[in-house]
Amino acid sequence: MTETSGGRLPTLEMRSISKSFPGVKALSDVQLKAWSGEVLALMGENGAGKSTLMKILSGAYVADPGGEILIDGNPVLTGDPIAAKRQGIAIIYQELSLAPNLTVAENIYLGMEIANRGMVDRTAMANGCRGVLERLGAPFGPNTLVATLSIAEQQLVEIARALHANAKILVMDEPTTALSSRETEKLFALVKQLRAEGIAIIYISHRMAEVYELSDRVSVLRDGAYVGTLVGEAINADALVRMMVGRELKGFYKHDHDASEAMRSEIVLEVRDMADGRMVKGCGFKLHAGEVLGLAGLVGSGRTELARLIYAADPKTSGDVILEGKSRQFSTPKDAIDAGLAYLTEDRKAQGLFLDMTVKENVNLGVIDRDAFRFGVLDLASATRRAAKAIEALAIRVASPMVDVGGLSGGNQQKVLLSRWLETKPRVLILDEPTRGVDVGAKQEIYRIIDDLAQQGVAILVISSEMPEVMGIADRILVMREGVIEGEVGGDSGHAITQENIMALASGVGLAGAAQSAGGQVQ
Amino acid sequence: MSQASADAKQKFAGAPDRAAAARKVAFKNTMQAVGMLPVLVVLTIGFHLMTEGRFFTGQNISIVLQQAAINTVLAAGMTFVILTGGIDLSVGSILAASAMVGVIASLIPGWGLLGIPAALLTGLFFGLINGALIAFLKLPPFIVTLGGLTAIRGVARLIGNDQTVFNAELPFAFIGNGSVTIIPGVFTIPVLAVIAVAVIVVSWFVLRRTVLGTHIYAVGGNATAARLSGIKVWRVLMFVYAAAGLLAGLGGVMSAARLYAANGLQLGFAYELDAIAAVILGGTSFVGGIGSIWGTLIGALIIATLTNGLILVGVSDIWQFIIKGLVIIGAVTLDRFRTQGART
Repeated sequence: MTETSGGRLPTLEMRSISKSFPGVKALSDVQLKAWSGEVLALMGENGAGKSTLMKILSGAYVADPGGEILIDGNPVLTGDPIAAKRQGIAIIYQELSLAPNLTVAENIYLGMEIANRGMVDRTAMANGCRGVLERLGAPFGPNTLVATLSIAEQQLVEIARALHANAKILVMDEPTTALSSRETEKLFALVKQLRAEGIAIIYISHRMAEVYELSDRVSVLRDGAYVGTLVGEAINADALVRMMVGRELKGFYKHDHDASEAMRSEIVLEVRDMADGRMVKGCGFKLHAGEVLGLAGLVGSGRTELARLIYAADPKTSGDVILEGKSRQFSTPKDAIDAGLAYLTEDRKAQGLFLDMTVKENVNLGVIDRDAFRFGVLDLASATRRAAKAIEALAIRVASPMVDVGGLSGGNQQKVLLSRWLETKPRVLILDEPTRGVDVGAKQEIYRIIDDLAQQGVAILVISSEMPEVMGIADRILVMREGVIEGEVGGDSGHAITQENIMALASGVGLAGAAQSAGGQVQ
Repeated sequence: MSQASADAKQKFAGAPDRAAAARKVAFKNTMQAVGMLPVLVVLTIGFHLMTEGRFFTGQNISIVLQQAAINTVLAAGMTFVILTGGIDLSVGSILAASAMVGVIASLIPGWGLLGIPAALLTGLFFGLINGALIAFLKLPPFIVTLGGLTAIRGVARLIGNDQTVFNAELPFAFIGNGSVTIIPGVFTIPVLAVIAVAVIVVSWFVLRRTVLGTHIYAVGGNATAARLSGIKVWRVLMFVYAAAGLLAGLGGVMSAARLYAANGLQLGFAYELDAIAAVILGGTSFVGGIGSIWGTLIGALIIATLTNGLILVGVSDIWQFIIKGLVIIGAVTLDRFRTQGART
């Protein structure tokens, strides 16, 4: 495919980039072109090679011989981070790389401090970065401590650092993952501003809506190979998904379980007046066997906090949990698990997985004490069997059950964590953002698993910030706002499951005024 | 099965990649298990050549094993603790207090063997206090056991009125001085070394073959996830510090049995540092979650080999300190490169 942009020379061109690791070819013959004053979105499933490609661009990895990187038409060395920076390449990773204990100015000047006879000249540094902070419309000054800034503001510091170093190619890796919808809007405005200022922006994202809004062109990678690029009007979701996945996504949200029957079946879990005195202010609901109940709401509305209270992960100030007709008092997560509850955390790396332990150990962790022989001696054969079965059933892609979980892609990690909970045979499964940071293909598989579980009679509560997802898989949806359950849509609530209805509840407009608030987005 | 998973199968099944990757995993695991063994082998050969064949003799090896034994026992307890991401600086002091109690109890006429359980229980007692402060009051292990290091040293001195206690008729002296003959006249294994090996084997079993052991690795790897996965973190922490204390008590028995005496002021002084060094040499991660007890055994043997070898070569006491310190840093540096090579 030939690409041009009005005959202009691309600011960045990567030609036939390949990268092999022992036993794995991560990239083969990949190309990429980015022009100044344009946003290039880079898409692809997890493991498609986006990060590897960007690490080669930043100099963190050396490409295999034969590949070339050209900036303004001139070839540059690969594999040298300092040279890459000097060439104007800046990358803002998902995990920000700021020193929280230093000020904004110190972070911007990190590694190139202005010194005066060996003493750091803080005044000069503060003055030196005031301009760029103003240009970005930063609501904080150069002497602010980074630790006191929000994630969105810290991102701004990273961008300021890049601009201050005269970056002309700015790579942003999933920058909106941790942002609220308002912060996201601000970021978009900023990206557009930088584009207008003539910077070439490479924007990595899984979110279709962002790619639509921002990008002038979209390049897609799949399995380490370059698939193609869509430009301008040609950018559309169907085509992109086909390019990323290599197949059509028919029935993306699988919903085969019978919702109306689920609604008539027994109530497995009832929660009454749950509160923690801070984020959750008295919430109650009922959950049926074989039902998928969605829990929507804006970030900060108390969804995760409510789930954690039910699961006894945090102390509650009031509230009852009635499980299969019996009132239960859980004092630790262990009690909840033993009673048949399972909670898939929203942050699998920090709160779910043991990254240095193997797939086998991670899958078995919830049940080793049930399987164990006397005196807590491990049943190794059973652990091996369970791991093999889980890998097969959930299609977890691993070389062997003995690999460390830390090296797997997001989707596979999530499946490992999910399988740990499935092994405990829960009656109630609480899934907190089950597809966060997971690629399209794995998302679809996770939806299939959720649907299968509902068919088997498991009662499922799904917390999700992705409106289409929760609408696609849930039978009815509770909407939280400021610590209370504001309302319900679907089921026999009398309100249809629509984006407008959910948004109206989440923003506090109320269902009567729903017609006016159409088109909002839950973030 | 969905299309996606069928694709995945196709991508992996049959491809030589999969076998290669599995081999790589196996290789990495072997490398991790072997750990510092090459360093130990090189040191042994080196000392053997430098001493014109005096190092690798049945008699000297049995001395090395004896010298390594007490540190190995302490280091086994330290491995449990460091695997959870903690540290126990108090084991040297606990060893002294336990030895004092053991020797004093051994003086009870006709009931001298009570000295063994008395010393073990003393160690367990202090370990449980450490564990309770760390698990329930959530104090940092470094601070709790640093306090323990000082306070328990004081207790050890208090127990014997700051005097050395003796028992020339110590009923369990065979622990410290007996040996098991393997090849008559050529090679005997000291009872101390037999105990150390037994401790290592039991520790391995606990760590690798029990629920508790898996929970220890899990708590060290990710304490938040451990709690949410239903692991009772407090129980794991209580166990590791109790185990470290109990093993320090065992170390006290071993020291007392070797010396027929105990002294609250000097006994076990700075032993915690050798124990920590053995664990680190063994490749156990200081932040927890990664490591093996076999590595600790090799680490303890490296330290004992160095001490013994340097004496045989005739290096002065002062230089022994300098060389030992540098070898520890050098070996861990080497390990860093080695494990980086095994990773991708």
